[in-house]
Amino acid sequence: MADIDDGTSAPASEPLDLVRLCLDEVVFVKLRGDRELKGRLHAYDSHCNLVLGDVEETVYVVDEDDEDEEAVKVGENTLDGFTRTDWGYLQTISKKSEMLFVRA
Amino acid sequence: MENGSAAQGEGRDPSGFLSEIIGQGVTVKLNSGVVYKGELQSVDGYMNIALEKTEEHVNGVKKRSYGDAFVRGNNVMYISAD
Repeated sequence: MADIDDGTSAPASEPLDLVRLCLDEVVFVKLRGDRELKGRLHAYDSHCNLVLGDVEETVYVVDEDDEDEEAVKVGENTLDGFTRTDWGYLQTISKKSEMLFVRA
Repeated sequence: MENGSAAQGEGRDPSGFLSEIIGQGVTVKLNSGVVYKGELQSVDGYMNIALEKTEEHVNGVKKRSYGDAFVRGNNVMYISAD
């Protein structure tokens, strides 16, 4: 009946095949707004909605304010690092979550 | 008279160009300005792209490299054969 991919014949491969090969692997995802995720890929669809497990999210924030000012407030369970750059402080905020749905 | 599927004289199809350069080295620029250089593995109708041996360049500076990279088509500004 249905032509389920038996893996033996490789049909003209498409980019999403690469994503399929990454299922259950740890993947690195770059998002809009200087955000990055690293986690295990549990599921995806044709829109590239993603479900990731054991995720670490990193957000890069450039703080252009002068040094005296307290930096961006962040949540409880975060580990924050500051780096001095030409523009100001580059703050990296890390957050962990057990399961994350990423909308395409 | 719209851009149908029928070949219009000399005009060639962008997707035809893209399938011709599969396997070659390409430069992919995203709307964010970030550039990916690698070997073009595959492209689909959304211009989703799979690259091999990929280097990521931000402001002309090499930032990272990836064995395989998937780029979602909506982010793509251009693809150029090296």
